[in-house]
Amino acid sequence: MLSRQKIFSEWGRLWVIRGQLSRHTYLLFAMVGMLVPLVAWWGLSVSGWMDKVFMPGPMDVLARVYTWSMNDNLSHDIWISTYRVLAGFCLSAVLAIPIGLMIGTYRPVQAMLEPLTDFIRYMPAVAFIPLVMLWVGIDESSKIAIIFIGTFFQMVLMVAEDVRRVPITQIEAAQTMGANRSEIVSLVIVQSAKPALLDTLRVTMGWAWTYLVVAELVAANSGLGYSILRAQRFMQTDKIFAGIILIGLIGLSIDQMFRWLHRKNFPWMYKK
Amino acid sequence: MDTKISIEVASKTFGDGDKSIIALQGVTLDIGSNEFVTFVGASGCGKSTLLRCIGGLDSLTSGSIKVDGTPIGGPGVDRAMVFQHYSLYPWLSVIDNIKFSRLLRVGRENLTSADVETASGRADALLDLMGLTHVRDAYPNQLSGGMQQRVAIARALLPRPQILLMDEPFGALDAQTREVMHDLILHVSKLEKTTIVFVTHDVEEAIYLGQRVVVMAPRPGRVDSVYDVDLPEKRDQDMKLDSGFLRQKKVILTRIRETAGMRTDYELLERMTQQAEK
Repeated sequence: MLSRQKIFSEWGRLWVIRGQLSRHTYLLFAMVGMLVPLVAWWGLSVSGWMDKVFMPGPMDVLARVYTWSMNDNLSHDIWISTYRVLAGFCLSAVLAIPIGLMIGTYRPVQAMLEPLTDFIRYMPAVAFIPLVMLWVGIDESSKIAIIFIGTFFQMVLMVAEDVRRVPITQIEAAQTMGANRSEIVSLVIVQSAKPALLDTLRVTMGWAWTYLVVAELVAANSGLGYSILRAQRFMQTDKIFAGIILIGLIGLSIDQMFRWLHRKNFPWMYKK
Repeated sequence: MDTKISIEVASKTFGDGDKSIIALQGVTLDIGSNEFVTFVGASGCGKSTLLRCIGGLDSLTSGSIKVDGTPIGGPGVDRAMVFQHYSLYPWLSVIDNIKFSRLLRVGRENLTSADVETASGRADALLDLMGLTHVRDAYPNQLSGGMQQRVAIARALLPRPQILLMDEPFGALDAQTREVMHDLILHVSKLEKTTIVFVTHDVEEAIYLGQRVVVMAPRPGRVDSVYDVDLPEKRDQDMKLDSGFLRQKKVILTRIRETAGMRTDYELLERMTQQAEK
Protein backbone atom coordinates (compact mmCIF):
# COMPACT_ATOMS: atom_id res chain seq x y z
CA MET A 1 0.00 0.00 0.00
CA LEU A 2 1.14 3.51 -0.73
CA SER A 3 2.17 5.40 2.34
CA ARG A 4 0.59 8.72 3.10
CA GLN A 5 3.91 10.42 2.55
CA LYS A 6 4.35 8.85 -0.87
CA ILE A 7 0.94 10.04 -2.00
CA PHE A 8 1.73 13.56 -0.81
CA SER A 9 5.02 13.64 -2.68
CA GLU A 10 3.42 12.27 -5.86
CA TRP A 11 0.69 14.89 -5.60
CA GLY A 12 3.24 17.63 -4.97
CA ARG A 13 5.18 16.69 -8.05
CA LEU A 14 2.16 17.47 -10.25
CA TRP A 15 2.28 21.09 -9.15
CA VAL A 16 5.86 21.87 -10.07
CA ILE A 17 5.85 25.15 -12.02
CA ARG A 18 5.87 24.24 -15.74
CA GLY A 19 6.33 20.64 -14.68
CA GLN A 20 5.81 17.48 -16.70
CA LEU A 21 2.76 15.20 -16.78
CA SER A 22 2.67 11.68 -18.11
CA ARG A 23 0.23 11.21 -20.98
CA HIS A 24 -1.87 9.03 -18.71
CA THR A 25 -2.16 11.65 -15.97
CA TYR A 26 -2.79 14.34 -18.55
CA LEU A 27 -5.76 12.44 -19.97
CA LEU A 28 -7.06 11.84 -16.47
CA PHE A 29 -7.07 15.57 -15.71
CA ALA A 30 -8.60 16.35 -19.11
CA MET A 31 -11.41 13.90 -18.38
CA VAL A 32 -12.02 15.51 -15.00
CA GLY A 33 -12.15 18.91 -16.68
CA MET A 34 -14.76 17.70 -19.16
CA LEU A 35 -16.78 15.52 -16.80
CA VAL A 36 -17.20 17.95 -13.89
CA PRO A 37 -19.21 20.53 -15.86
CA LEU A 38 -21.19 17.73 -17.54
CA VAL A 39 -22.12 16.14 -14.19
CA ALA A 40 -22.89 19.55 -12.70
CA TRP A 41 -25.17 20.31 -15.64
CA TRP A 42 -26.90 16.95 -15.32
CA GLY A 43 -27.27 17.42 -11.55
CA LEU A 44 -28.76 20.85 -12.01
CA SER A 45 -31.29 19.62 -14.54
CA VAL A 46 -32.50 16.61 -12.49
CA SER A 47 -32.60 18.60 -9.23
CA GLY A 48 -35.65 20.46 -10.52
CA TRP A 49 -34.35 23.82 -9.34
CA MET A 50 -34.59 25.20 -12.82
CA ASP A 51 -37.42 24.94 -15.28
CA LYS A 52 -36.68 22.65 -18.20
CA VAL A 53 -37.49 25.49 -20.53
CA PHE A 54 -34.48 27.40 -19.19
CA MET A 55 -32.17 24.51 -18.47
CA PRO A 56 -32.70 21.33 -20.47
CA GLY A 57 -30.72 18.32 -19.27
CA PRO A 58 -28.03 16.45 -21.22
CA MET A 59 -30.56 13.74 -22.11
CA ASP A 60 -33.02 16.29 -23.53
CA VAL A 61 -30.25 17.73 -25.65
CA LEU A 62 -29.21 14.29 -26.91
CA ALA A 63 -32.81 13.51 -27.74
CA ARG A 64 -33.02 16.79 -29.63
CA VAL A 65 -29.88 15.99 -31.61
CA TYR A 66 -31.56 12.70 -32.55
CA THR A 67 -34.84 14.24 -33.75
CA TRP A 68 -32.92 17.07 -35.43
CA SER A 69 -30.94 14.57 -37.47
CA MET A 70 -34.04 12.44 -38.20
CA ASN A 71 -36.60 15.12 -39.04
CA ASP A 72 -34.83 18.43 -39.53
CA ASN A 73 -31.86 17.60 -41.73
CA LEU A 74 -29.08 18.18 -39.17
CA SER A 75 -26.40 16.95 -41.55
CA HIS A 76 -27.33 19.66 -44.05
CA ASP A 77 -27.13 22.31 -41.32
CA ILE A 78 -23.71 21.05 -40.28
CA TRP A 79 -22.51 20.90 -43.87
CA ILE A 80 -23.73 24.33 -44.90
CA SER A 81 -22.33 25.99 -41.75
CA THR A 82 -18.97 24.25 -42.11
CA TYR A 83 -18.90 25.31 -45.73
CA ARG A 84 -19.59 28.96 -44.85
CA VAL A 85 -16.96 29.02 -42.13
CA LEU A 86 -14.34 27.28 -44.24
CA ALA A 87 -15.02 29.47 -47.28
CA GLY A 88 -14.80 32.70 -45.25
CA PHE A 89 -11.75 31.42 -43.41
CA CYS A 90 -9.90 30.24 -46.53
CA LEU A 91 -10.64 33.47 -48.36
CA SER A 92 -9.24 35.48 -45.50
CA ALA A 93 -6.18 33.18 -45.14
CA VAL A 94 -5.40 33.40 -48.86
CA LEU A 95 -5.35 37.19 -48.64
CA ALA A 96 -4.05 37.68 -45.09
CA ILE A 97 -0.95 35.50 -45.40
CA PRO A 98 0.68 37.35 -48.32
CA ILE A 99 -0.40 40.77 -47.00
CA GLY A 100 0.79 39.97 -43.47
CA LEU A 101 4.05 38.66 -44.92
CA MET A 102 4.59 41.95 -46.75
CA ILE A 103 3.69 44.02 -43.65
CA GLY A 104 6.10 42.02 -41.51
CA THR A 105 8.90 42.19 -44.06
CA TYR A 106 8.82 45.66 -45.61
CA ARG A 107 8.54 48.81 -43.50
CA PRO A 108 6.72 50.95 -46.10
CA VAL A 109 4.01 48.30 -46.44
CA GLN A 110 3.75 48.16 -42.66
CA ALA A 111 3.42 51.94 -42.43
CA MET A 112 0.80 51.95 -45.16
CA LEU A 113 -1.38 49.04 -44.05
CA GLU A 114 -0.92 48.32 -40.36
CA PRO A 115 -2.55 51.42 -38.84
CA LEU A 116 -5.41 51.02 -41.31
CA THR A 117 -5.91 47.37 -40.40
CA ASP A 118 -5.68 48.19 -36.70
CA PHE A 119 -8.42 50.74 -37.20
CA ILE A 120 -10.74 48.46 -39.13
CA ARG A 121 -10.39 45.48 -36.82
CA TYR A 122 -12.08 47.40 -34.03
CA MET A 123 -15.17 47.85 -36.14
CA PRO A 124 -17.84 45.32 -35.16
CA ALA A 125 -18.44 42.75 -37.90
CA VAL A 126 -22.15 42.69 -37.02
CA ALA A 127 -22.46 46.34 -37.94
CA PHE A 128 -21.37 45.50 -41.46
CA ILE A 129 -24.42 43.29 -42.05
CA PRO A 130 -26.58 45.99 -43.67
CA LEU A 131 -23.72 47.04 -45.92
CA VAL A 132 -22.88 43.47 -46.84
CA MET A 133 -26.53 42.87 -47.76
CA LEU A 134 -26.49 45.95 -49.96
CA TRP A 135 -23.19 45.18 -51.62
CA VAL A 136 -23.05 41.41 -51.79
CA GLY A 137 -26.71 40.50 -51.69
CA ILE A 138 -28.38 37.86 -49.54
CA ASP A 139 -27.05 34.62 -50.99
CA GLU A 140 -24.21 32.44 -49.68
CA SER A 141 -21.56 35.04 -50.43
CA SER A 142 -23.02 37.43 -47.86
CA LYS A 143 -22.54 34.88 -45.04
CA ILE A 144 -19.04 34.18 -46.25
CA ALA A 145 -18.36 37.91 -46.38
CA ILE A 146 -19.37 38.40 -42.74
CA ILE A 147 -17.05 35.60 -41.60
CA PHE A 148 -14.33 37.10 -43.76
CA ILE A 149 -14.77 40.55 -42.20
CA GLY A 150 -14.67 39.01 -38.73
CA THR A 151 -11.42 37.11 -39.25
CA PHE A 152 -9.40 38.78 -41.98
CA PHE A 153 -8.18 41.91 -40.20
CA GLN A 154 -7.15 40.07 -37.05
CA MET A 155 -5.43 37.47 -39.16
CA VAL A 156 -3.38 40.01 -41.12
CA LEU A 157 -2.00 41.51 -37.92
CA MET A 158 -1.19 38.12 -36.41
CA VAL A 159 0.55 36.95 -39.59
CA ALA A 160 2.59 40.17 -39.65
CA GLU A 161 3.60 39.56 -36.04
CA ASP A 162 4.60 35.94 -36.79
CA VAL A 163 6.77 37.16 -39.64
CA ARG A 164 8.38 39.86 -37.50
CA ARG A 165 9.32 37.24 -34.90
CA VAL A 166 11.70 35.52 -37.33
CA PRO A 167 15.12 36.04 -35.70
CA ILE A 168 17.13 38.71 -37.54
CA THR A 169 20.28 36.55 -37.36
CA GLN A 170 18.58 33.89 -39.48
CA ILE A 171 17.96 36.57 -42.12
CA GLU A 172 21.44 38.09 -41.84
CA ALA A 173 23.06 34.65 -42.08
CA ALA A 174 21.29 34.18 -45.42
CA GLN A 175 22.40 37.64 -46.56
CA THR A 176 26.03 36.84 -45.83
CA MET A 177 25.65 33.63 -47.84
CA GLY A 178 24.58 35.78 -50.80
CA ALA A 179 20.82 35.27 -50.72
CA ASN A 180 18.82 37.85 -52.66
CA ARG A 181 15.59 39.40 -51.39
CA SER A 182 13.17 36.86 -52.80
CA GLU A 183 15.35 33.99 -51.60
CA ILE A 184 15.38 35.44 -48.09
CA VAL A 185 11.59 35.72 -48.11
CA SER A 186 10.92 32.25 -49.53
CA LEU A 187 13.79 30.22 -48.06
CA VAL A 188 14.15 31.87 -44.65
CA ILE A 189 11.26 34.08 -43.53
CA VAL A 190 8.42 31.87 -44.75
CA GLN A 191 10.07 28.65 -43.62
CA SER A 192 10.95 30.07 -40.23
CA ALA A 193 7.48 31.53 -39.64
CA LYS A 194 5.54 28.47 -40.86
CA PRO A 195 4.90 26.83 -37.47
CA ALA A 196 3.71 30.13 -35.99
CA LEU A 197 1.55 30.73 -39.08
CA LEU A 198 -0.17 27.38 -38.67
CA ASP A 199 -0.88 28.26 -35.04
CA THR A 200 -2.31 31.59 -36.15
CA LEU A 201 -4.59 29.78 -38.59
CA ARG A 202 -5.71 27.45 -35.79
CA VAL A 203 -6.57 30.35 -33.49
CA THR A 204 -8.34 32.38 -36.17
CA MET A 205 -10.33 29.33 -37.26
CA GLY A 206 -11.89 29.46 -33.78
CA TRP A 207 -12.84 33.09 -34.36
CA ALA A 208 -14.34 32.25 -37.74
CA TRP A 209 -16.72 29.82 -36.00
CA THR A 210 -17.75 32.45 -33.46
CA TYR A 211 -18.92 34.64 -36.35
CA LEU A 212 -21.13 31.89 -37.73
CA VAL A 213 -24.24 32.85 -35.76
CA VAL A 214 -23.77 36.46 -36.78
CA ALA A 215 -23.32 35.48 -40.42
CA GLU A 216 -26.46 33.37 -40.38
CA LEU A 217 -28.47 36.37 -39.19
CA VAL A 218 -28.35 37.42 -42.83
CA ALA A 219 -31.34 35.93 -44.64
CA ALA A 220 -30.32 32.36 -43.97
CA ASN A 221 -32.72 29.42 -43.97
CA SER A 222 -30.31 26.70 -42.89
CA GLY A 223 -27.20 26.19 -40.82
CA LEU A 224 -26.33 25.65 -37.18
CA GLY A 225 -26.29 29.35 -36.35
CA TYR A 226 -29.61 29.88 -38.09
CA SER A 227 -31.11 26.91 -36.21
CA ILE A 228 -29.97 28.35 -32.90
CA LEU A 229 -31.58 31.69 -33.74
CA ARG A 230 -34.81 30.06 -34.86
CA ALA A 231 -34.93 27.80 -31.80
CA GLN A 232 -34.92 30.95 -29.68
CA ARG A 233 -38.15 32.08 -31.31
CA PHE A 234 -39.84 28.79 -30.40
CA MET A 235 -38.27 28.58 -26.93
CA GLN A 236 -36.53 25.33 -27.90
CA THR A 237 -33.68 25.70 -25.40
CA ASP A 238 -32.65 22.09 -25.91
CA LYS A 239 -32.02 22.87 -29.57
CA ILE A 240 -30.03 25.99 -28.65
CA PHE A 241 -27.90 23.82 -26.38
CA ALA A 242 -27.53 21.19 -29.07
CA GLY A 243 -26.47 23.75 -31.68
CA ILE A 244 -23.93 25.39 -29.37
CA ILE A 245 -22.44 22.05 -28.34
CA LEU A 246 -22.26 20.85 -31.94
CA ILE A 247 -20.38 23.98 -32.97
CA GLY A 248 -18.05 23.40 -30.04
CA LEU A 249 -17.42 19.81 -31.07
CA ILE A 250 -16.75 20.67 -34.70
CA GLY A 251 -14.40 23.41 -33.57
CA LEU A 252 -12.61 21.04 -31.24
CA SER A 253 -12.04 18.46 -33.96
CA ILE A 254 -10.74 21.08 -36.41
CA ASP A 255 -8.45 22.35 -33.69
CA GLN A 256 -7.12 18.83 -33.11
CA MET A 257 -6.60 18.47 -36.84
CA PHE A 258 -4.48 21.63 -36.88
CA ARG A 259 -2.42 20.31 -33.97
CA TRP A 260 -1.92 17.05 -35.81
CA LEU A 261 -0.80 18.94 -38.93
CA HIS A 262 1.64 20.89 -36.77
CA ARG A 263 3.24 17.73 -35.40
CA LYS A 264 3.26 16.16 -38.84
CA ASN A 265 4.82 19.11 -40.68
CA PHE A 266 7.26 20.37 -38.09
CA PRO A 267 8.80 17.24 -36.58
CA TRP A 268 11.93 19.22 -35.67
CA MET A 269 9.93 21.16 -33.07
CA TYR A 270 8.97 17.98 -31.26
CA LYS A 271 12.36 16.26 -31.21
CA LYS A 272 14.54 17.03 -28.25
CA MET B 1 51.95 39.47 -46.78
CA ASP B 2 49.30 40.66 -49.25
CA THR B 3 46.61 42.94 -47.96
CA LYS B 4 43.21 41.26 -48.04
CA ILE B 5 40.99 43.79 -46.33
CA SER B 6 41.86 47.44 -46.13
CA ILE B 7 39.81 49.70 -43.92
CA GLU B 8 40.33 53.38 -44.65
CA VAL B 9 39.15 56.09 -42.22
CA ALA B 10 35.94 54.19 -41.67
CA SER B 11 33.28 56.07 -39.69
CA LYS B 12 29.77 55.08 -38.74
CA THR B 13 27.14 57.19 -36.99
CA PHE B 14 23.83 55.83 -35.76
CA GLY B 15 20.85 58.19 -35.66
CA ASP B 16 21.05 61.90 -36.28
CA GLY B 17 20.93 65.21 -34.45
CA ASP B 18 21.37 65.25 -30.66
CA LYS B 19 20.70 61.57 -30.32
CA SER B 20 23.35 60.43 -32.78
CA ILE B 21 26.00 58.02 -31.58
CA ILE B 22 29.40 57.74 -33.19
CA ALA B 23 29.94 53.98 -33.37
CA LEU B 24 33.13 54.18 -35.37
CA GLN B 25 35.48 57.10 -35.95
CA GLY B 26 38.31 57.10 -38.45
CA VAL B 27 39.21 53.42 -38.26
CA THR B 28 42.16 52.63 -40.51
CA LEU B 29 43.60 49.15 -40.61
CA ASP B 30 44.96 46.59 -43.06
CA ILE B 31 44.31 42.89 -42.63
CA GLY B 32 46.58 40.47 -44.47
CA SER B 33 45.73 37.46 -46.55
CA ASN B 34 45.27 34.34 -44.39
CA GLU B 35 45.79 36.44 -41.28
CA PHE B 36 43.92 35.73 -38.05
CA VAL B 37 43.07 39.07 -36.45
CA THR B 38 41.13 39.38 -33.21
CA PHE B 39 39.30 42.47 -31.97
CA VAL B 40 38.74 43.21 -28.27
CA GLY B 41 37.48 46.24 -26.40
CA ALA B 42 35.05 47.48 -23.80
CA SER B 43 31.39 47.39 -24.71
CA GLY B 44 30.36 50.16 -27.06
CA CYS B 45 33.78 50.29 -28.74
CA GLY B 46 32.25 49.43 -32.12
CA LYS B 47 34.04 46.11 -32.68
CA SER B 48 30.84 44.32 -33.69
CA THR B 49 29.74 47.27 -35.82
CA LEU B 50 33.07 47.21 -37.65
CA LEU B 51 32.68 43.46 -38.27
CA ARG B 52 29.14 43.97 -39.58
CA CYS B 53 30.40 46.72 -41.88
CA ILE B 54 33.07 44.39 -43.29
CA GLY B 55 30.33 41.78 -43.76
CA GLY B 56 28.20 44.35 -45.57
CA LEU B 57 25.31 44.07 -43.10
CA ASP B 58 25.81 47.68 -42.01
CA SER B 59 27.13 50.49 -44.18
CA LEU B 60 29.68 53.13 -43.27
CA THR B 61 28.78 56.78 -42.93
CA SER B 62 32.13 57.71 -44.46
CA GLY B 63 35.40 56.06 -45.40
CA SER B 64 35.73 52.76 -47.18
CA ILE B 65 36.36 49.06 -46.77
CA LYS B 66 38.06 47.29 -49.65
CA VAL B 67 38.55 43.59 -50.25
CA ASP B 68 41.40 42.90 -52.69
CA GLY B 69 41.28 46.58 -53.59
CA THR B 70 37.58 46.58 -54.51
CA PRO B 71 35.20 48.58 -52.27
CA ILE B 72 32.47 46.37 -50.84
CA GLY B 73 28.82 47.14 -51.44
CA GLY B 74 26.67 44.92 -49.27
CA PRO B 75 27.11 41.30 -48.27
CA GLY B 76 28.95 38.93 -50.59
CA VAL B 77 29.84 35.25 -50.82
CA ASP B 78 33.54 36.08 -50.45
CA ARG B 79 32.86 37.10 -46.83
CA ALA B 80 31.12 34.51 -44.66
CA MET B 81 29.89 35.33 -41.19
CA VAL B 82 29.39 33.32 -38.02
CA PHE B 83 27.09 34.84 -35.41
CA GLN B 84 26.94 34.30 -31.66
CA HIS B 85 23.73 32.26 -31.83
CA TYR B 86 20.26 31.70 -33.30
CA SER B 87 21.55 31.79 -36.85
CA LEU B 88 20.97 28.15 -37.80
CA TYR B 89 17.76 27.11 -39.51
CA PRO B 90 15.93 24.88 -37.01
CA TRP B 91 13.72 23.32 -39.70
CA LEU B 92 16.72 21.96 -41.62
CA SER B 93 18.87 19.01 -40.61
CA VAL B 94 22.58 19.56 -39.92
CA ILE B 95 23.59 18.55 -43.44
CA ASP B 96 20.89 20.70 -45.05
CA ASN B 97 21.94 23.68 -42.94
CA ILE B 98 25.50 23.23 -44.16
CA LYS B 99 24.33 22.96 -47.77
CA PHE B 100 21.99 25.96 -47.47
CA SER B 101 24.08 28.26 -49.67
CA ARG B 102 23.72 25.74 -52.50
CA LEU B 103 19.98 26.50 -52.59
CA LEU B 104 20.78 30.08 -53.52
CA ARG B 105 21.13 31.46 -57.02
CA VAL B 106 24.66 32.75 -56.41
CA GLY B 107 25.60 29.27 -55.28
CA ARG B 108 24.04 27.61 -58.32
CA GLU B 109 25.20 30.01 -61.01
CA ASN B 110 28.87 29.51 -60.44
CA LEU B 111 28.59 25.76 -60.42
CA THR B 112 29.01 23.28 -63.23
CA SER B 113 27.72 19.77 -62.56
CA ALA B 114 31.23 18.64 -61.72
CA ASP B 115 31.44 21.38 -59.13
CA VAL B 116 28.15 20.24 -57.64
CA GLU B 117 29.66 16.80 -57.20
CA THR B 118 32.66 18.20 -55.40
CA ALA B 119 30.41 20.47 -53.36
CA SER B 120 28.57 17.42 -52.06
CA GLY B 121 31.93 15.95 -51.25
CA ARG B 122 32.83 19.21 -49.58
CA ALA B 123 29.77 19.15 -47.33
CA ASP B 124 30.81 15.69 -46.16
CA ALA B 125 34.41 16.79 -45.77
CA LEU B 126 33.26 19.71 -43.59
CA LEU B 127 31.07 17.39 -41.52
CA ASP B 128 34.14 15.30 -40.96
CA LEU B 129 36.41 18.26 -40.23
CA MET B 130 33.97 19.64 -37.69
CA GLY B 131 33.32 16.29 -36.05
CA LEU B 132 29.65 16.33 -37.05
CA THR B 133 29.36 13.10 -39.01
CA HIS B 134 27.36 11.32 -36.29
CA VAL B 135 24.76 14.12 -36.12
CA ARG B 136 24.46 14.57 -39.90
CA ASP B 137 20.66 14.16 -39.93
CA ALA B 138 19.86 15.66 -36.53
CA TYR B 139 18.06 18.97 -36.14
CA PRO B 140 19.90 21.94 -34.59
CA ASN B 141 17.76 22.02 -31.44
CA GLN B 142 18.86 18.47 -30.68
CA LEU B 143 22.48 19.66 -30.46
CA SER B 144 24.47 21.35 -27.70
CA GLY B 145 25.55 24.97 -28.14
CA GLY B 146 29.07 23.92 -29.12
CA MET B 147 27.84 21.50 -31.76
CA GLN B 148 25.47 24.15 -33.13
CA GLN B 149 28.39 26.54 -33.60
CA ARG B 150 30.32 23.81 -35.41
CA VAL B 151 27.41 23.56 -37.84
CA ALA B 152 27.35 27.35 -38.25
CA ILE B 153 31.07 27.39 -39.05
CA ALA B 154 30.76 24.50 -41.51
CA ARG B 155 27.84 26.25 -43.21
CA ALA B 156 29.86 29.45 -43.52
CA LEU B 157 32.85 27.58 -44.97
CA LEU B 158 30.95 25.58 -47.61
CA PRO B 159 31.27 28.06 -50.52
CA ARG B 160 35.00 28.48 -49.74
CA PRO B 161 34.85 32.12 -48.59
CA GLN B 162 38.15 33.98 -48.58
CA ILE B 163 37.20 35.80 -45.40
CA LEU B 164 35.48 34.44 -42.30
CA LEU B 165 33.95 37.04 -39.98
CA MET B 166 33.17 35.80 -36.48
CA ASP B 167 31.10 37.82 -34.00
CA GLU B 168 31.72 36.42 -30.51
CA PRO B 169 31.00 32.96 -31.87
CA PHE B 170 31.98 31.15 -28.66
CA GLY B 171 30.57 33.74 -26.24
CA ALA B 172 27.69 31.51 -25.16
CA LEU B 173 29.74 28.32 -24.72
CA ASP B 174 31.17 26.83 -21.53
CA ALA B 175 34.93 27.05 -20.89
CA GLN B 176 35.79 23.46 -21.89
CA THR B 177 33.82 23.55 -25.13
CA ARG B 178 35.47 26.87 -25.95
CA GLU B 179 38.96 25.38 -25.69
CA VAL B 180 38.02 22.62 -28.11
CA MET B 181 36.50 25.18 -30.49
CA HIS B 182 39.64 27.35 -30.30
CA ASP B 183 41.88 24.56 -31.52
CA LEU B 184 39.31 23.61 -34.12
CA ILE B 185 39.11 27.09 -35.60
CA LEU B 186 42.91 27.43 -35.64
CA HIS B 187 43.05 24.15 -37.52
CA VAL B 188 40.39 25.41 -39.95
CA SER B 189 42.24 28.66 -40.59
CA LYS B 190 45.39 26.77 -41.51
CA LEU B 191 43.61 24.16 -43.62
CA GLU B 192 41.24 26.47 -45.48
CA LYS B 193 43.67 29.39 -45.81
CA THR B 194 40.88 31.70 -44.78
CA THR B 195 41.43 35.22 -43.52
CA ILE B 196 39.69 35.35 -40.15
CA VAL B 197 38.41 38.47 -38.39
CA PHE B 198 37.30 37.48 -34.93
CA VAL B 199 35.49 39.72 -32.43
CA THR B 200 35.44 38.75 -28.76
CA HIS B 201 35.25 40.24 -25.27
CA ASP B 202 37.63 37.60 -23.93
CA VAL B 203 41.26 38.79 -23.99
CA GLU B 204 42.69 35.30 -23.42
CA GLU B 205 40.75 34.03 -26.41
CA ALA B 206 41.92 37.00 -28.47
CA ILE B 207 45.60 36.33 -27.76
CA TYR B 208 45.37 32.57 -28.10
CA LEU B 209 43.73 32.76 -31.53
CA GLY B 210 45.10 35.93 -33.06
CA GLN B 211 48.30 36.75 -34.87
CA ARG B 212 47.41 40.34 -34.04
CA VAL B 213 45.10 41.67 -31.36
CA VAL B 214 43.35 44.96 -32.11
CA VAL B 215 42.18 46.86 -29.03
CA MET B 216 39.29 49.21 -29.67
CA ALA B 217 38.13 52.04 -27.40
CA PRO B 218 34.61 53.37 -26.87
CA ARG B 219 32.97 56.81 -27.13
CA PRO B 220 33.65 57.27 -30.00
CA GLY B 221 34.46 53.74 -31.22
CA ARG B 222 38.00 53.68 -32.60
CA VAL B 223 41.13 51.59 -32.86
CA ASP B 224 43.20 52.23 -29.75
CA SER B 225 46.21 49.98 -30.23
CA VAL B 226 47.39 46.89 -32.10
CA TYR B 227 49.48 44.13 -30.52
CA ASP B 228 51.49 41.48 -32.35
CA VAL B 229 51.04 38.24 -30.48
CA ASP B 230 54.41 36.77 -29.58
CA LEU B 231 53.45 33.12 -29.61
CA PRO B 232 54.68 30.45 -32.01
CA GLU B 233 52.46 29.83 -34.99
CA LYS B 234 51.41 26.42 -33.67
CA ARG B 235 49.41 27.12 -30.51
CA ASP B 236 48.58 24.77 -27.67
CA GLN B 237 46.51 25.21 -24.53
CA ASP B 238 49.53 25.13 -22.16
CA MET B 239 50.77 28.40 -23.65
CA LYS B 240 47.97 30.18 -21.83
CA LEU B 241 50.00 29.76 -18.64
CA ASP B 242 53.33 30.91 -20.05
CA SER B 243 54.73 34.08 -18.52
CA GLY B 244 54.91 35.78 -21.92
CA PHE B 245 51.23 35.04 -22.57
CA LEU B 246 50.19 36.26 -19.13
CA ARG B 247 52.27 39.42 -19.48
CA GLN B 248 50.61 40.28 -22.78
CA LYS B 249 47.20 39.47 -21.33
CA LYS B 250 47.88 41.88 -18.46
CA VAL B 251 49.04 44.65 -20.80
CA ILE B 252 45.94 44.33 -22.98
CA LEU B 253 43.51 44.01 -20.07
CA THR B 254 45.00 47.12 -18.46
CA ARG B 255 44.74 49.01 -21.73
CA ILE B 256 41.07 48.02 -22.15
CA ARG B 257 40.33 49.08 -18.59
CA GLU B 258 41.96 52.46 -19.23
CA THR B 259 40.04 53.04 -22.43
CA ALA B 260 36.75 51.99 -20.85
CA GLY B 261 36.91 54.86 -18.35
CA MET B 262 36.33 52.45 -15.49
CA ARG B 263 38.51 54.49 -13.14
CA THR B 264 35.61 56.71 -12.18
CA ASP B 265 33.86 53.60 -10.90
CA TYR B 266 36.87 52.72 -8.77
CA GLU B 267 36.92 56.24 -7.37
CA LEU B 268 33.22 56.02 -6.60
CA LEU B 269 33.69 52.69 -4.81
CA GLU B 270 36.55 54.16 -2.78
CA ARG B 271 34.47 57.18 -1.77
CA MET B 272 31.60 54.92 -0.73
CA THR B 273 33.93 52.77 1.35
CA GLN B 274 35.33 55.85 3.06
CA GLN B 275 31.84 57.13 3.81
CA ALA B 276 30.81 53.76 5.19
CA GLU B 277 33.83 53.76 7.49
CA LYS B 278 32.98 57.15 8.97
